[in-house]
Amino acid sequence: MSIVETRQEVRPRKGRALSFAKALGRFLFAAATTYLGLLAVTFFIGRVVPIDPVLAILGDRAPSHVVERVRREMGFDLPLYEQFYIYLKGILSGDFGTSVLTTNPVMVDIRRVFPATLELATVGTIIGSVIGVPLGVLAAVRRGSIADQIVRVIGLVGYSVPIFWLALISLVIFYAQLRWVAFPGRIDIVYEYSFTPVTGFYLLDSAWQGQWDVFYDVFRHIILPASLLGYFSLAYISRMTRSFMLNELSQEYVVAARAKGLSETRVIWGHALRNAAVPLVTVIALSYAGLLEGSVLTETVFSWPGIGLYITNSLQSADMNAVLGGTIVIGTVFVGINLISDLLYRILDPRTRNR
Amino acid sequence: MMVPTTPISRREWLLSDRPQSRMQARLGRAYVTWRQFTANRLAVVGLLIIVALLLIAAFANLIATHNPVVGDLMNARLLPPGSAGYLLGTDDQGRDIFSRLLYGSRLTLLVVVLVAIISAPVGLIVGTVSGYAGGWVDATLMRITDIFLAFPKLVLALAFVAALGPGIQNAIIAIAITSWPPYARIARAETLTVRRSDYISAVKLMGASPLRIIVRHVMPLCMSSLIVRVTLDMAGIILTAAGLGFLGLGAQPPLPEWGAMIASGRRFILDQWWVAAMPGIAILVVSLGFNFLGDGLRDALDPKEAGQ
Repeated sequence: MSIVETRQEVRPRKGRALSFAKALGRFLFAAATTYLGLLAVTFFIGRVVPIDPVLAILGDRAPSHVVERVRREMGFDLPLYEQFYIYLKGILSGDFGTSVLTTNPVMVDIRRVFPATLELATVGTIIGSVIGVPLGVLAAVRRGSIADQIVRVIGLVGYSVPIFWLALISLVIFYAQLRWVAFPGRIDIVYEYSFTPVTGFYLLDSAWQGQWDVFYDVFRHIILPASLLGYFSLAYISRMTRSFMLNELSQEYVVAARAKGLSETRVIWGHALRNAAVPLVTVIALSYAGLLEGSVLTETVFSWPGIGLYITNSLQSADMNAVLGGTIVIGTVFVGINLISDLLYRILDPRTRNR
Repeated sequence: MMVPTTPISRREWLLSDRPQSRMQARLGRAYVTWRQFTANRLAVVGLLIIVALLLIAAFANLIATHNPVVGDLMNARLLPPGSAGYLLGTDDQGRDIFSRLLYGSRLTLLVVVLVAIISAPVGLIVGTVSGYAGGWVDATLMRITDIFLAFPKLVLALAFVAALGPGIQNAIIAIAITSWPPYARIARAETLTVRRSDYISAVKLMGASPLRIIVRHVMPLCMSSLIVRVTLDMAGIILTAAGLGFLGLGAQPPLPEWGAMIASGRRFILDQWWVAAMPGIAILVVSLGFNFLGDGLRDALDPKEAGQ
């Protein structure tokens, strides 16, 4: 390569790196303000929406001097912006207050339950993508055929079915009638004491420790809720895959690849899908975030000890610290996944860089 | 004006390239849209489901065979579907599930309509103002929109209801608060495409105020994509409302809200499956109806997106 050529190449690359750094800065600024707003909203929900947060905690039969003392102890006599400052400082140092229900700090509780939700959402996303992507490709390739219609209806039903209801019905079929799966929770009570989780992801832990009977039991517990969440994300993933693939299949390089004599399989899976893969990564990341939300109702039905069950249990006992702590954690993961998928998109797709 | 009478020429009159009157142009446009819409069979099914829902909600008191709130505790507890007089069986309070579902359609419609009436105009105003004004107004409004978009809907609604207290009004408020941001995004995108166009400049030259331009000349152009999006969101709203009801945060007993009915049937799911199954089927059918309809509307009103 001649010197002139390298010089010409270096310049735009430097400019590109700069523009990427600028874009990264903008992303981080956007994420930071979004996150601040998110905390402001939860603060608003916790402190402003209830007519009197002290009465909400103590109940309206508490004597007035106790109400006054608690009000002062909790800082409710301070002006609102000072309260928000204290609240912000607490959240950013990981202090979400104490749960009334479990009497633990909310952060400790969430750290205990969150791996269960993550494991469920991860297995769900894997199921959803492994089935959803091929279905979407099939629908795009056979556009307008019966197969396309079926995939469309499968997707629309996934958008329309109440997930908690589907969970109940599938429990009746696969647990009560067929006895294929185990219920409730993550693991049978027999193994609860012989098995010590390390990472909190039971499937990984049991496989790592070579306890295959435990692995099988954990698998029997996770498969049904994960499949339901998987169906939920399949609806979204297959629909988006179809749309991306239709877009790619109409491009000229596909015609060129076909004209070259490549087999249809290679054109579709090797060329078109590879180009559709970049936006697909974003879609899968977003559906993963969506599953964290979907897990609130699913976990309630399956008594899955994750953050969804934690939030709903806390709701029943009006434990606002725990509810808002859980909301903030899920919101944080949401913002984080959005940011990461945006960045991934920029990194993976060179076409977006110079915009 | 002369309207031809033979069917072929009537069709030609509608599809004329040179409409003689404003009405002919509008009718012709509506006819084309209707043809595109009815070409999609699923969309027609969706429309039929929604029309049926409206009729059922309107005439629930005439169709229902039993009182939806007070049951026959003595003789009719947990009867299976098809029992004499009870088409879909009865629940643990001896209430006719069929009648409860009919009355529940009113609650479902109430939630959907109120959420749409609250959140669509909010999104429309925020989006058009943001897109038309630009600058720091745009930046601020879109930042706020992003904050609400960053929350998972159901979780944010849960937190709001937890603070406001359970009940159907609070559920509606909570869902409305979480549903407007996408509408604002859509309205802004549409506004950005028209704000520099010639006809806006022409209206501006004639001395129209920004308010008038936004209300009379920008908002109407946002309507079709907004209607499509609201229709597609209806299913999501129904599911969120049912989820809140299932968790005991939406409509309170003895109201026949479908999600709450599933929750109350949960205890008997193994032996008396129909108590929980029937309301779920109702939710599924209505949500599917809205999704089919929204899909068809998108294809008919929004040719850009068609087939995607």
